[in-house]
Amino acid sequence: MDVVGLSRIQFALTISFHFIFPAVTIGLAGLIAVVETFRWWTKKDVYDRLSVFMTKLFAVTFVIGVVSGVVMEFQFGTNWSRFSGYVGDIFGAPLAAEGIFAFFLESAFVGIVLFGRDRVTSTVRWIAGLLVALGTTLSAFFILVANSWMQTPAGYKIVTDANGVQRAQMTSFFEAAFNPSTLPRFMHTMAACWVVGAFFLMGIAAWYTLRGRGSDVSRFALRLSMVVAFLMAGGMFATGDLQTREVQANQPVKFAAMEGICKTENGAPLTIIAIPPDQACSSNASGLGVPYGLSAMSDLDPNGEIKGLDQVSSDLWPPIATTFMSFHLMVALGTAMMFIMFVGIFLLWRGTLEKRRWWLKLAVVAIPMPIAAVELGWATAEVGRQPWIVQGLMLTSHGTSPGVGSADVLVSIFAILGVYTLLFGLWIYGLTKEIRRGPELAPAEASPAAAATTEGAN
Amino acid sequence: MQLSTLWFLLLGFLLVGYAILDGFDLGAGILHLFVARNDEERRTVLNSIGPVWDGNEVWLITAGGALFAAFPTVYGTVLSGFYLAIMLLLASLILRAISIEYRSKETFGWWRGAWDVGFAVGSTLAALLFGVALGNLLRGLPIDADGVYRGGLIGLLNPFALEVGFFTLGIAALQGASWLVLKSEGALQARARKAQVVALVVVVLAWVAATIVARAGAPRVFDNFGNLLAWAGPLLTANVLIYLAFAIRSHQDRRAFFFSSLSVVGFAATAGTALYPNLLPAVEKARSLTVDNAHSSDLTLTVMLAVALIGMPIVLAYTAFIYWKFKGKVKLGDESY
Ligand code: HDD
Ligand code: HEM
Ligand code: HEM
Repeated sequence: MDVVGLSRIQFALTISFHFIFPAVTIGLAGLIAVVETFRWWTKKDVYDRLSVFMTKLFAVTFVIGVVSGVVMEFQFGTNWSRFSGYVGDIFGAPLAAEGIFAFFLESAFVGIVLFGRDRVTSTVRWIAGLLVALGTTLSAFFILVANSWMQTPAGYKIVTDANGVQRAQMTSFFEAAFNPSTLPRFMHTMAACWVVGAFFLMGIAAWYTLRGRGSDVSRFALRLSMVVAFLMAGGMFATGDLQTREVQANQPVKFAAMEGICKTENGAPLTIIAIPPDQACSSNASGLGVPYGLSAMSDLDPNGEIKGLDQVSSDLWPPIATTFMSFHLMVALGTAMMFIMFVGIFLLWRGTLEKRRWWLKLAVVAIPMPIAAVELGWATAEVGRQPWIVQGLMLTSHGTSPGVGSADVLVSIFAILGVYTLLFGLWIYGLTKEIRRGPELAPAEASPAAAATTEGAN
Repeated sequence: MQLSTLWFLLLGFLLVGYAILDGFDLGAGILHLFVARNDEERRTVLNSIGPVWDGNEVWLITAGGALFAAFPTVYGTVLSGFYLAIMLLLASLILRAISIEYRSKETFGWWRGAWDVGFAVGSTLAALLFGVALGNLLRGLPIDADGVYRGGLIGLLNPFALEVGFFTLGIAALQGASWLVLKSEGALQARARKAQVVALVVVVLAWVAATIVARAGAPRVFDNFGNLLAWAGPLLTANVLIYLAFAIRSHQDRRAFFFSSLSVVGFAATAGTALYPNLLPAVEKARSLTVDNAHSSDLTLTVMLAVALIGMPIVLAYTAFIYWKFKGKVKLGDESY
């Protein structure tokens, strides 16, 4: 394979891996901030023990996010140097701002949260918790600004330098930062991360209940995460709807691929389960769907026109099946999670939740569901953008590094595969270890057996 | 002053911040196996940097972002030119971080032993590679007409660059030893004091050696030293090293750490003087990427300046707060690694 293909594989590999960890830590940091607020306000010991426990899960995940993030930071330069030169005037600024406003904040106060509980007052500890959550949110914001600019560039002009090389130059900071897709993407991604964090905590709390290790800590954790998961799973539909409209308006080709519309059509159906069109795209996706649904939803008119892939020549089409499938699977997973939460909240309201073992088992199994949905969502966004690396301005094949050969990239892909497999294994191992050990129990509840498992620390 | 020159200085500021702060983290790792002999001592070393190493690494990340924003072609050319070396650097940073985090998760011997080696190897390799990269930049890269370096990994391994690599290794070890002296007690501290002396000798010798090798291997580093002002950097640094030697001798630990950090500033100033106005000097001078021909638009540089002027004072304030909260000797507790 050529350098372009290999570099794409490498980028997809490293970013898909990296994103697992921020998704978990953004969600967990938010939940920790909530629990810390309870602790600070009520001074009750149960919130203290829950917050300490969650912090341990956070720490194990955070470190993998950090090391895989450092790889991302330099990868634009190593593998995409022409892209870097082309967009640096605009793209670099959010990356630098992310360092200054987000990463410093996060990493500094993570130190307090993890190691300094006893060195600071209760209020400072609470504030540190809030600042870590703020840091993770800001880091999502700035990187999403960069990404959104690649999807829907704005606030720039194209200039040609002395050597005849073209590059994008910023003309308006505000327009570039708040380009058409920034806010929808930020809201949808943040909500997604909260879903990831909430399902994560919910599954763990459910597991304790199933194993007969339920306690005041897991009881509260279960309820808190269920409420958050329920609200945010709903939020996914609302923000996803915004996203879809934004894509339809600004990236109509991606939209056509997501929906499997080859030929521009009036009164297009909303396909739900269907076989995607092949890359030749001779006919629209067909299968189960709601007649006129897509037109009705997107244009608020059942006979509205939906632009198909035929609006541009076929060499500007993204991989259709991948875009279509990842989009539909994301929505399907979102629907499934919503359903799980409806049932769960109903059982909680009836007061029978803890007896419904099947639901608790479902909650454990559901831990990876939102993570999968997040990855599929990114695949939709990024594969659907192809063949552009910057929508409408620069082709992906023009973005690579001229001095880097296939052999170099191949070597690094294998190295990354090896190292990341190890990292993933360590993450699972670290999590399992912390989960097995569990939160500290209240003195009255701690049986001798439970006390034995809490030993072996350090 | 021109915006682009200001950004050259600001980048220097970020990189010096990185070298001082992560310098002692890396140094702690370099010395780990030598100065810390039993489990408790090793844990003391790890926990002395535990709460801060990630924040220290962010200086590098931010410098990377700032380079991308202010001088995008330099960012692209250097990183893609040093491709395999950068991959190796990333691998060593990963190894270091993971070793810190996972070492104390199990108690049995081989587990901890393996991560201890990982911590040491990761730190040593990273410090060495930074120097090799710096050495190659100072020396000037063979860049072709398309502005691309095609020398590969082997092309980077020349005597001058390796010499600078040993030099940065020494600097990091010196920072690390001075830090450990501050944070530890007893036998560990005594060994850290010895390491301090050894590292200082290594730094001085490597500096002299690099200067000698440079006469044949990298003559252009002397270009700017025709100007007398340029000598301020090296002369002040030499002075600082003498103060440092006295501070080490008289066990004035805080002064020693201060002077060691100051020497980092001095060395960086010297390197910056040798480089300016180039960011990436080419063997063929006309192809060099300089402060004048590689910078971003004025709008971007201005926006970034605003970001830095608002953000960095806040960063410095809370970083100081964090260091102050963790001041004093390391105490192992149940939150520790
Ligand atoms: C918990 C995860 C999750 C769930 C349940 C959903 N999404 Fe999503 N989606 C994401 C997580 C995500 C994401 C990872 O956060 C993405 C990737 C890029 C982005 O901006 O958000 C995304 C992208 C994304 C895009 C592509 C944006 C672009 O290409 O620029 C669209 C159109 C939607 N989503 C729409 C939806 C709809 C209509 C959903 C209905 C249930 C939905 N998403 C559920
Ligand atoms: C927000 C920051 C992000 C930026 C700046 C970014 C940027 C890029 C760039 C430069 C490429 C390589 C060129 C290309 O193939 O188009 C790429 C490809 C890709 N990215 Fe992203 N990305 C981001 C987030 C993500 C996330 C979080 C994921 C997934 C979890 C993701 C998934 C992918 C995939 C799958 C590709 C390969 C697409 C293909 O080549 O067909 N991206 N992205
Ligand atoms: C290609 C684009 C990306 C780059 C260059 C990048 C860069 C980085 C870097 C350098 C770190 C380590 C920071 C530290 O040392 O503390 C990091 C961690 C992090 N990144 Fe990314 N990142 C990218 C994509 C994303 C995306 C898409 C998100 C979220 C929407 C995100 C959110 C975070 C968060 C929250 C952390 C903190 C560590 C953690 O929570 O795991 N990043 N990233």
